[in-house]
Amino acid sequence: MLPTSKTTQGKRTIPGTPVFDGEQARSGYALNAMCYAFNSAEMRDEFVRDEEGVMERFNLTEEQREAVRKRDILAMLEAGGNVYYLAKLAGILGLNVQDLGALQTGMELEDFKAALLAHGLTETRNFLTEKAA
Amino acid sequence: MSRIAGGIFTSHVPGIGGAIAKGLQQDPYWKPFFDGFDPVHQWLAEEKPDVAVVFYNDHGLNFFLDKMPTFAIGAAAEYRHEDEGWGIAFQRPFEGHQDLSWHIIEQVVASEFDPVTCQSMLVDHAVAVPFELCWPGKEAFPLKLIPIAINTVQHPLPSPRRCYNLGQAVGRAIESWEGDEKVVIFGTGGLSHQLEGGRAGHINVDYDKFCLRNLAPDPEALLQHDTLDIVELAGSQGVEILNWIAARGAMCGSVRELASNYHIPISNTAAATVLLENSDKVHA
Repeated sequence: MLPTSKTTQGKRTIPGTPVFDGEQARSGYALNAMCYAFNSAEMRDEFVRDEEGVMERFNLTEEQREAVRKRDILAMLEAGGNVYYLAKLAGILGLNVQDLGALQTGMELEDFKAALLAHGLTETRNFLTEKAA
Repeated sequence: MSRIAGGIFTSHVPGIGGAIAKGLQQDPYWKPFFDGFDPVHQWLAEEKPDVAVVFYNDHGLNFFLDKMPTFAIGAAAEYRHEDEGWGIAFQRPFEGHQDLSWHIIEQVVASEFDPVTCQSMLVDHAVAVPFELCWPGKEAFPLKLIPIAINTVQHPLPSPRRCYNLGQAVGRAIESWEGDEKVVIFGTGGLSHQLEGGRAGHINVDYDKFCLRNLAPDPEALLQHDTLDIVELAGSQGVEILNWIAARGAMCGSVRELASNYHIPISNTAAATVLLENSDKVHA
C-alpha cells in the first residue's frame, strides 16, 4: 500500500522528516563540512578549545552558528545540517542518537528510550538445523 | 567459475561496534541481536567463502558532500576503517581483490551503469560492523572484500529498481568470473529507523515484516515503493534497505531463507539479520 503524503511546490513533504536534498546540501554545506572535519580527533579538540574560531574557519552562516551555540538540533537541521555529519558534532557534545531523539521530539530521554523498548519484539527463524538433518 | 553461495543482510548500527568493544554480547539488551548471528557463524564455518561483495552506504568517512557518488565500487588492494568522529577505529584491515573488482567494474559498465571507481577508499561502520559480527575476534578476516557504496545520504537517491538492477549486473559479473572463488554477498543497514526531525525514533514493524517476508521469494515486491515512499514508510535512515535490495539483486540463482532474526530496539533501530542461500538447484 502506498503512503499518502503532501506535495508542496512540486516537492514532496513527509511530516517530521527533513529530506536532505540538493537545497539542503547547498545551504548546509559549511556546517556539514565542519562536522565532517570532526572525524579527526585534533579537530574535535580544537572545537572544544575554540568553538567560535572553528565555526569562523569553516565560514558557517550566522544561523548555523546560533544553532550550534544553542545546541539546537532542529535548528541545525533547518540550517541544512545532515544528521550523519551532525552526529559527529553530537559526539563532542556527549550526545548519542537517543539523546538527539529526545531533544528533537521534546521527550525526556527515559521516555524516548521507553517508547523504543515498548516495541519489545524479537522474531527468529532458523532452518539451518533442518538442513543439517 | 566463481559462485555466489549466499547472502548476509544485517543492520550496521554504530552502537553495535561499541557493544563489541565492551564485550556486551550476553548483556540482556544486546543478546537477542547477537544471537541472530549463531546460524550465520555456522553457515560461514561450513561454506568458507573467499570473497565478500558488500553493498553499503558511507556515512561521512570516505565521501563528503563535495563529491557524492550514487554508486562507487572499491578496487583497492586493502581497505581500512578509521575514526568516524567517536574515537573508535577497528584495527583489522580488509584485504581487497583487485582483479575481481576490475572485472565487476568492466561488466557493470558494459551493462550501462556508471560507477565511481575507488583505488583508495576507507570503509565505515557499515562494512566494519558486519565484518566484526560475522568474524568476531582478533584474527585476520578469512576472506577478501569488494565494497560497493550506494548513496543513501543526499537526495535524489537511486531508485530501488536501479539498485536492484545494479545488483543483478554485479551478480552476473561475479558468475562470469573465471576464478574459482566462492562469494558471499552482503547488504547492510536498516531496517526501519529515523534519527532526525520531529519523527525521530520512527519504527514501522509492518513495513519491516513486509521486507523480511518478501526478500527471499519475491524481492521485486520491494520495488513497488520509490525512495521517498520508503523514507515515509521506514524512516529517513530506513531507506538503507536500498543496500539490501541491491544485494538481493546480485543473487541470481534459486534463493531461500536459511535464518532470520528481527529485534527491536537496538539504539533507535529495528535491527535485523537474514541469511539467504543461493544455489542452482530448485528446491522442492
